[in-house]
Amino acid sequence: MADEKVLLARVGKENSRAIAGYREDGGYEALKTVLTGGWTPEKLIDEVKRSGLRGRGGAGFPTGVKWGFVPKDTKGKPIYLLCNADESEPGTFKDRLLMEEDPHQVIEGIILSAYALKCRTAYIYIRGEFYLGARVLDEALAEARREGLLGENILGSGYSLDLWVHRGAGAYICGEETGLIESLEGKRGQPRIKPPFPAVSGVFAAPTIVNNVETLACVVHIVKRGAEWFSKIGRNEKNTGPKLYCLSGPVNRPGVYEAPMGLQMKDLIFGEAYGQGMKNGRPVKVVIPGGASAAMLTPAEIEDCPLDFDGLAAKKSMLGSAAIIVMNEDTCIVNVAQNLAKFFAHESCGQCTPCREGTPWLHKVLSRIEAGEGRLEDIDLLERISNQMGNGMTICVFSDAAIAPVLSSIAKFRDEYRYHVTEKRCLVGPRAGAAALVPA
Amino acid sequence: MSHRRYSVAESGQPAVFPPEALKRIDELLARYPTKQAALLPVLWVAQETWGWISKEAAEEVARLLELTPAHIDGVLTFYTMYNLSPVGRHLIQVCTSISCHLAGAEGLIDHCRKRLGIGLEETTADGKFTLVEVECIAGCDKAPSIMVNDTYVEPVDGKKMDELIERLSSEAGE
Ligand SMILES: Cc1cc2nc3c(=O)[nH]c(=O)nc-3n(C[C@H](O)[C@H](O)[C@H](O)COP(=O)(O)O)c2cc1C
Ligand code: SF4
Ligand code: FES
Repeated sequence: MADEKVLLARVGKENSRAIAGYREDGGYEALKTVLTGGWTPEKLIDEVKRSGLRGRGGAGFPTGVKWGFVPKDTKGKPIYLLCNADESEPGTFKDRLLMEEDPHQVIEGIILSAYALKCRTAYIYIRGEFYLGARVLDEALAEARREGLLGENILGSGYSLDLWVHRGAGAYICGEETGLIESLEGKRGQPRIKPPFPAVSGVFAAPTIVNNVETLACVVHIVKRGAEWFSKIGRNEKNTGPKLYCLSGPVNRPGVYEAPMGLQMKDLIFGEAYGQGMKNGRPVKVVIPGGASAAMLTPAEIEDCPLDFDGLAAKKSMLGSAAIIVMNEDTCIVNVAQNLAKFFAHESCGQCTPCREGTPWLHKVLSRIEAGEGRLEDIDLLERISNQMGNGMTICVFSDAAIAPVLSSIAKFRDEYRYHVTEKRCLVGPRAGAAALVPA
Repeated sequence: MSHRRYSVAESGQPAVFPPEALKRIDELLARYPTKQAALLPVLWVAQETWGWISKEAAEEVARLLELTPAHIDGVLTFYTMYNLSPVGRHLIQVCTSISCHLAGAEGLIDHCRKRLGIGLEETTADGKFTLVEVECIAGCDKAPSIMVNDTYVEPVDGKKMDELIERLSSEAGE
C-alpha cells in the first residue's frame, strides 16, 4: 500500500495525456458513477468530508467543510469553482506535473467537484508561464467536450458544466485566492479584505470556491475507492490521503514524489525511493519544508519530522505547498535569507503599508549584512521590522510569509548572522572562501 | 523585472487586430459574464499578435472591452509577462529564486551577460536576444531552470547555455 501510486499512477506512461489512454485506465468512471449512479451533490460533499481531505494549496483547510460554506440559498446567483493552478511558491512544481502529464485526472476532479457544488461554470486559473500546461489542458478539454463529458447534459444526466482555462500573466500574489479572483475579473491581482469570504461572495460577487489542482485531483480517487480507503492512507485521521512532495536543492534525486501523507522528512531526503541522499554526501544544514513562506528547520528538527499539516505545525513551520528545499553545509544562511527576501520584495502587491514598505527594507538590510557592511544592531532591526509586518496587520498572509524565513533563520542561526557582521564575510560557501584569502 | 514596468511605450502606429484575432476575442468574451474578465486573455492575444503591447494596442483593447485606458495601464504594469516595449526574438528568462540560486543561477546570468554583451532587461543589437531575471517558474527540481519564450530548458549550465545561444543565433531565417 505504501508504495502504490495514486495521483502519479499514469505519469510517465506513453500518451498519458490522451483521453483514450485515460479511459483505458478507468478514467471518467468516477464521473459516470456519480452522474448516472444517483449520487446527489450532498452525498458527494459528505464523502469528501469523511475522507478527511485537506486542501493541498497551502493552508490545509478541510475541503468538504469549505464546500459546505456555500449558502443554501444563493439568491439566484450562480456558484463558481476556480481551480488554483497558479503554482508560484518557490520550490513548488507538483501541479505543473499533474497538468502536463495527466490533464484528464485534473479535469475529472474539477467536474466532480463542480457537480458537488452545483456549479455551472468553472475556470482553471493557470500561471502565465505554464504555456505547455495550458495547451495540454485546452486540448484535453476539447476531447472531453467531444465525448460529452463537458458542456450541456453531461452523460445524459441533466447536469451541465462549462470549464475554461484562464491564463495569468506573472504575479505570485494571484495564487492567494482573493488575488486570484480579482485577477480573473480582469483587474490587478490584489487580495481582498475578508470577510466576505469567497464562499459567500467571490468572483463576479457570486459564491465561489477556490481549490488547488492536487486537491481536486484527489476527489476522483475518493469517489472511485471510497472515503474509508482515502482516510486510512496517511499518518492519522487528521492527515489523510496520498500526497505529492516537491524535493529540491542539492540532493541526489530531486523531483516530485508521491507518498502517504506524513512521510518522514528523512525518508524523503535519504530514502532509496525518493531523494537518495545529499549530493557528494554533504551534510544537511537547513531545510525549508513548505516553500519560501515556511519557517526553516535545523538538522535536529528534521529528526522524526512527519511531512503533514500537523507534523510541521508542531515544529512551528508548515507543510504549505509541500515544497521541501534542502540545503547543505556549504550554504550561507544570510545569503539564503537575502534571496528569499528579494522574492517577497518583488512580489508584494503593495496594498498594505507594512508589507509594501517592510519587504524591501528586509531585503535591503539583509543585503547590507551579506555584503559585509552590516552592524550588530541590524539583526535586531530585522526582527523589529518583521514584528511590525506580522500578526494580522495586513490584508493577506503574504506579509506573514515574508517574515517567516527571516525570523526563523535569525532564531536558529543568530551566531552566523553575528559572524557575518563582525567578520564581514560568510561563515561558509563560495563567498567565505574568496574573502578568507584576504590576510587577517 | 519590476524596473521596466512603469510605463507603456508607444509604437507610433495604430493597432488593428487581424480578423483571426478578433474571432478569438469573440470566443473569449463568450466565456465570461463580464467583458472585463476577458482582459488578461485578450491582452495575451494582443501580445501574440504584435510581440508586445503598445499604448495603441492597449487603447484598442480598452475600446473593445469598454474599459478605460487607465484601467488597462494599471493591469499591464501589475503583471510581469506583458512586454511593454519590444523584446528580442528570443526572450531568455533565468530563474534566480531559491532552488535555482542554490544551483548557481546568478553565475548563469553573469555568463549570459558576457556571452551576449548585454545586461538584464536589455536586448542585443541584432534584436535576437533579451535577457531577464524571473522568480520561481516551477522547474526547481531541474535547477537552474530557464525559459526561452514559451519553452522550458532545464537544467542549464554554462555549456548548455552556449550551445543554446549558438543554435538560436544560427536558426534558419535569421
Ligand atoms: C501569497 C499566497 C500565495 C498562494 N499561492 C497559491 C498557489 O500558487 N496555489 C494554490 O493552490 N494555493 C495558493 N495559495 C493558497 C490559496 O489562497 C488557497 O488557500 C488555496 O488555493 C485553496 O485551495 P485548497 O483548499 O485546495 O488548498 C496562496 C496563498 C497565499 C497567501
Ligand atoms: S499583505 Fe502584502 S501581498 Fe497581501 S494584500 Fe497586503 S500588500 Fe498585498
Ligand atoms: S526556484 Fe527556480 S524554478 Fe523554482
